[in-house]
Amino acid sequence: MSVVGHAPPPFFKRGPAPLVRLAFFVTLSLVLLVADLRFHTLEWARLAVATAAWPLQRLTGMPIDAAGDFGAYLSRQTSLLRENEELRRRQLGTANLLLRQEHLEQENKRMRALLDMRTRQPVEGRIAEILYAARDPFSRRVVIDKGSQHGIAAGQAVVDDIGVIGQVTRVFPLTSEVLLLTDKDQAIPVAVQRNGLRAVLAGAGSGTMELRFLAANAEVQVGDILVTSGLDGVYLPGLPVARVARIDRDSSHSFARITCVPLAGVERHGLALVLGSRTELPPRPDEAPAMLDQPSRGKRVKQKIR
Amino acid sequence: MQPTHASRRILLPVRNWFIVLTLFLALVLNLVPFGRFPGIPDWVALVLAFWCVHQPLKVGMAAGFVLGLAMDVADASVMGQHALAYVLLAFAAAGWSRRVLWFPLSQQALHVLPMFLGMQLVMLVTRMVSGGEFPGVLWFLSSFTATLLWHPVTYVLLMPQFRPEDKDVHRPI
Repeated sequence: MSVVGHAPPPFFKRGPAPLVRLAFFVTLSLVLLVADLRFHTLEWARLAVATAAWPLQRLTGMPIDAAGDFGAYLSRQTSLLRENEELRRRQLGTANLLLRQEHLEQENKRMRALLDMRTRQPVEGRIAEILYAARDPFSRRVVIDKGSQHGIAAGQAVVDDIGVIGQVTRVFPLTSEVLLLTDKDQAIPVAVQRNGLRAVLAGAGSGTMELRFLAANAEVQVGDILVTSGLDGVYLPGLPVARVARIDRDSSHSFARITCVPLAGVERHGLALVLGSRTELPPRPDEAPAMLDQPSRGKRVKQKIR
Repeated sequence: MQPTHASRRILLPVRNWFIVLTLFLALVLNLVPFGRFPGIPDWVALVLAFWCVHQPLKVGMAAGFVLGLAMDVADASVMGQHALAYVLLAFAAAGWSRRVLWFPLSQQALHVLPMFLGMQLVMLVTRMVSGGEFPGVLWFLSSFTATLLWHPVTYVLLMPQFRPEDKDVHRPI
């Protein structure tokens, strides 16, 4: 009860009621969620905060790194010797191919010139180390130690010594985030190496991938190797991606359910190669003229080979 | 001897910088990259719930919101996911603080467990709706780890508030 000229004592001033405050903050969080999920408008804020927190993040990673280094320090000399031997043997095995590669590339270029086809883009890359897996348990992401200061740009493909790992999705000044192939949001256009059948490979969670939208009688066998088809303009064609692990041909569905496992060490950590951006593909032809003059047979064959 | 309302022990007033420091240290602990190793507790949620229970007038939903945003950036998750979960956690913890503090520490932990589980459930629903991947049942293990840590964390965080016991027979209080 307030008397005229006297405010109530400030002891019991506690601001708005808890339920009001809860409603305010929940609404604010939901607005942020929608803004980030639907419109991707908060990347600048993320960039600023992540850059400021980078030294702290490296600092907290140090104990884990130190533990890893200590484990490596304790590795036995015999195992190192064995690994050295193995690497030397592999190098000799590939020397044959490497020595002839220059020759083959020259020959390939001449052949392509004869066939009047676009020359293949030379592969260039930048070696990066996978620092750690992002803590977010709902997606599959890793953080690598190269960022925009090293010339990394969003959209570049990341491979290891066996095949494709994923794609750079966010770039910070000194680090960047790689979305792994097994993430549910990641899709990659592939071709079956054996017969050139094109399809889209999408992450299915829990370390596997799924070959989508292939008819139930599509010619795919267990054990087939899938390579990138290069149709998206992001991945270079011919990089190994996955192996077909299981095929469920259920006649009640129009599509076959094809489960694949990644070839590269997607869930392992180590060194990775960030491939340079591809040169732009030629612009897509407009829909209407394409309908009017159907390309001749020769043109279609060319497109397929490229 | 127990830091509850039922104990006879009188605590010193809490220092504001100590609350800020502990919340910051929890944030740093959360940044340690354990990857997808199960059972690592969410330190920020634990410390936030502790201060919301013990100092509901000083730490509340605003602190939860700010810490949640920091975690969203650090975790590379969707903006607002942790913020929403921490705000709800802070609301529940502050609302229950007067009840929880009358119990001994083991039963306090039992009160806190459903709060942590609810927080994880909120995050799960948020991300599954937006097309995330189910992280597996083992992910909920971190709530149980945090519950087990309630007892030691209470002693560590209340340590600056304990006053030395000097027994004076002439002046018993």
